[in-house]
Amino acid sequence: MISFTVNGKPVSVEDPPSTPLLWVIRDSLNLTGTKFGCGMALCGACTVHIDGQAVRSCVAPVSRAEGKKVTTIEGISPDLTHPLQQAWIEIDVPQCGYCQSGQIMSAAVLLAEKAAPTDEDIDEAMSGNICRCGTYPRIRRAIHRAAEIKAQKGAK
Amino acid sequence: MAKKIKRGVVAGLFLVGLAGVSVSVWSQQSSFANTAGTSAKARAFRAGNSSGASASATASPDADAAAAKAAFERAYPVFVSPRCQNCHPAGDAPLQGDDSHVHAQYVKRGPDGHGLYGMTCHTCHQDANIPGANMPPGNPKWGLPPAKTKMVFVGKTAGELCRQLKDPKLNGGRTIAQIITHVSSDDLVGWGWNPGDGRTLPPLSRPDFAAAMQEWANDAAACPD
Amino acid sequence: MTVATRMKRRDFLKTGAALSGGLLLNLYVPDWAPARAAQASSKPVALNAFVHISSDDWVTVISNHSEMGQGIYTSLPMLIAEELEADWSKIRVESSPVAAVYNHTVFGIMMTGGSTTTNSEYDRFRKMGAMARVMLIDAAAQGWGVDSGTCHAEKGYVLHAASKRRASFGSLAEAASKIEPPKDVVLKDPKDFTIIGKPKHRLDTPSKTNGAAQFGLDVYIPGLLTAVVARAPVFGGKVTSFNADKAKAVPGVVNVLEVPSGVAVIAKGFWPAKLGREKLDIIWEEGPGAQISTVAMREQFAALSKTPGAVAKKVGDPSGALAGAAKTITAEFEVPYLSHSMMEPLNTVVDLHEDHCEIWSGTQFQTGDRAAAARVAGLKPEQVDIHTTLLGGGFGRRANPASDFVTEAVQVAKVAKAPVKVVWTREDDIRGGWYRPMWYDHFEAGVDASGNPVAWKHTIVGQSIFDGTMFASFGIKDGIDSASVEGAADIIYTIPNIQVDLHSPKNEVPVQWWRSVGHSHTGFSVEAFFDEVAHAGGKDPYQLRRSLLAGQPRMLAVLDLVAEKAHWNGPLPAGHARGIATHFSFDSYVAQVAEVSVTKDGAVRVHRIVAAVDCGRTVNPDTVKAQLEGGIIFGLTAALKTEITLDKGRVQQRNFHDYPMVRMFESPEIEVYIVPSTEHPTGVGEPGVPPVAPAVANAIFAATGKRVRRLPIKPEDLRSA
Repeated sequence: MISFTVNGKPVSVEDPPSTPLLWVIRDSLNLTGTKFGCGMALCGACTVHIDGQAVRSCVAPVSRAEGKKVTTIEGISPDLTHPLQQAWIEIDVPQCGYCQSGQIMSAAVLLAEKAAPTDEDIDEAMSGNICRCGTYPRIRRAIHRAAEIKAQKGAK
Repeated sequence: MAKKIKRGVVAGLFLVGLAGVSVSVWSQQSSFANTAGTSAKARAFRAGNSSGASASATASPDADAAAAKAAFERAYPVFVSPRCQNCHPAGDAPLQGDDSHVHAQYVKRGPDGHGLYGMTCHTCHQDANIPGANMPPGNPKWGLPPAKTKMVFVGKTAGELCRQLKDPKLNGGRTIAQIITHVSSDDLVGWGWNPGDGRTLPPLSRPDFAAAMQEWANDAAACPD
Repeated sequence: MTVATRMKRRDFLKTGAALSGGLLLNLYVPDWAPARAAQASSKPVALNAFVHISSDDWVTVISNHSEMGQGIYTSLPMLIAEELEADWSKIRVESSPVAAVYNHTVFGIMMTGGSTTTNSEYDRFRKMGAMARVMLIDAAAQGWGVDSGTCHAEKGYVLHAASKRRASFGSLAEAASKIEPPKDVVLKDPKDFTIIGKPKHRLDTPSKTNGAAQFGLDVYIPGLLTAVVARAPVFGGKVTSFNADKAKAVPGVVNVLEVPSGVAVIAKGFWPAKLGREKLDIIWEEGPGAQISTVAMREQFAALSKTPGAVAKKVGDPSGALAGAAKTITAEFEVPYLSHSMMEPLNTVVDLHEDHCEIWSGTQFQTGDRAAAARVAGLKPEQVDIHTTLLGGGFGRRANPASDFVTEAVQVAKVAKAPVKVVWTREDDIRGGWYRPMWYDHFEAGVDASGNPVAWKHTIVGQSIFDGTMFASFGIKDGIDSASVEGAADIIYTIPNIQVDLHSPKNEVPVQWWRSVGHSHTGFSVEAFFDEVAHAGGKDPYQLRRSLLAGQPRMLAVLDLVAEKAHWNGPLPAGHARGIATHFSFDSYVAQVAEVSVTKDGAVRVHRIVAAVDCGRTVNPDTVKAQLEGGIIFGLTAALKTEITLDKGRVQQRNFHDYPMVRMFESPEIEVYIVPSTEHPTGVGEPGVPPVAPAVANAIFAATGKRVRRLPIKPEDLRSA
């Protein structure tokens, strides 16, 4: 039995400890926003946070989450009010949308650590997430925009 | 029809145990016993000297320097093997693979050597290797040297690498003895000899590598030119 | 007269089935996940097959086209909302079931592809909206006892101005649904459009930022098992025998069963299924597919390219003109097999019963998939329901002419005797075939004394994608697969003597359409060779294109716009250079200018791509830009990164480490400019792809003097001596 929290809710799972966190989240907990893309930590579609750190859940054994706080895309805000979600909607970033959970989870760590990221920061933070539809230019714009939204919110 | 449409339609396995050779099962003594080609000085050391050989203990500095240089030259190919140099790059991007190509995900060193933002080493690399070819290798300490002491191996000659290794300003303030401990028993260094599926090993065994470094240290840690 | 207006009235009649066939929004979401907005909670009433309205005033647009990122779940509703006079804030979308009424207006089956959704539905969807509006107005007028001519619709209401009465669409829907649909409707004058052509935020974006969007892989139904299939290591291979003892010993593995495509490991969840598959011992009968080598194939194709093929086009006397040319040049171009590599690996959920089969899949090819599923299940097509989920990318792969992933999933469900989700791993996807074909092109051209092209001979070698499919009679005429020569046989430049030949060798590697289809190779070879011809004649490549586009005013306008926006002759940072290319595909005109630099090691950096497009009237302009942006990144990955190679029949790539995609740090700045147009809308999903590689290749020549004649562009080809 491995216990941790997901989006603030305590869970205990009986999956073998080596099972990738991704499949525990999807198949055992039925939270489907976290996506399977490659299974080798190459595409970033499965990105979640463990104690605020971005983790590729397709290669992280569920044992790594023991006693920790896991956040998935479903937990990033209850009501689409995260600055990244607002910016994503404003700029219409997604196309097929499949990679966007992972994109947002990676961007969320960037934004938490850097209030006004530069293009270089964005390259460094986001190059682990593949988008086959080619939304990179919009992701870049939306991260800059989210930083503005966050700053405005903070200024209130 | 207003417009013709063109025809062209259309794990238990995850935790394979700690990467690297555990300190507890690998002693300097036993490794030395297995080491061929050690110098007279090293044999003397092995016979009773304490670690941390110093230049003052040598009777023939020139001969010892030559032995040290030779020992370092023996160890050098390990430093610049992909398993070691890939995390000691010239720039701030780690390298990957036996061809030491730049890490495909634009990973950067970051101040502490463990990456940046949502792209830390541990975003992908776990505490242990993951079975399977090209799966992310792992170690609890996976990372690059920190930004202040980059300890570049890539592109360095044996002499350059040696002088850098010895310089406390560049090596994180380590003494020669600490360097020897690091190369011979550090768990992350040890990963190089347990690199996971499909990765080539360094050209010397770890005991041979450690022995060569120990010999270098014993012989005043003189550096190749 | 458009396709839509020619349709018979019975085609518009509502189908009750549509109500049950929608996209699964709001279903299968774990109850503790953030709830999606509860939209259209009351039962919708069908005014026709495409417009349903519920008593809470929500308008549900039934989409017969699959949403794979191209934005049609927004642009199709825009067409309806425009004519319906709907309140845009109360529009939602559902996917349609499979029914004749939802067939593609041109292809005659339900499918999405060929960059045709807006093109083919522009008239029908507006008409559906207009018809529903008339019915709502009639219902209101009858209720009020006034003449319907005195009423009008506005933002979700029918109004009678004289009496200042109004009624919401929701309150009228039931009565309206009982009114005979009008025989004819008058569509708006485009100058009165308030929605079409005005940017609208995509309706699906919010659900794609909080994990709520449901793709095929996200479907969970009671009792669902997960299967992965061990498929043959070479194309056409078959199982001889297998031992499943070790696989069955993996905790969670429920069963291991042979299916026509291989051995299915069925488990409680993906992970045990995958672990079980790794423990299978299978002996394969490999067959002739084991002989395939792309190295040998390249030799074969190269030799064929120097021989006459089936003539796809002949104008004038190309051989004579070559003989009389002041200067001739020859070049050969080659491009590899390519995998679609959608981010969502293929998957399908099947719930098979004796007299009924329910399928959930992100498919582009519903009619074909339903027929294939029915054959496997021993049912009639009408006994098979396909629920089209969102597609995590398609690019053509999910319109498989053999319905491969749906067929296999039904085969697995049939032997598993349980609801099952078949999941492909990334490796399965990359090694699974159905690639963009490998192509080899041979060119000869001649220029006259003033540098103008007088002869153009082009021989194309590569597999036919239509051969052996239900589209063969549609796509192959006189031995010429139209998809093999598109963009070449219809070269847009005026050259007096042209010949295009085609060889269509066969082999075991399955091939199919891949975003921009034949244009994905002809765009590169034709436009890169054209650049060589321009330089051979001492001409500026932009100016030579201009001079040969006199009969193509739309392309000329696009070309001039891109040159202006990219400052074709403007200053550049040291080491940077520009390349230009055009391509006409899917009835749209695109030109691009790439700005690149090349390091001493031969590494190419694409800094900026400026694109201009004329795709007729735009419905949702920002979506058009997004499609061009995406097409450019897609094309850039093909130009710089990817190839599928085979040795001893084995595909040598398997995941994104050896089949790499362009990433954020490699993504150029992209600017897209739309040429305003009042023409009928044409394609935007694919036309952005073809000009990328030639624009980049031509820029590399400008930067280095080195010609790129094969893709992907490799640093070793460009390294400084």
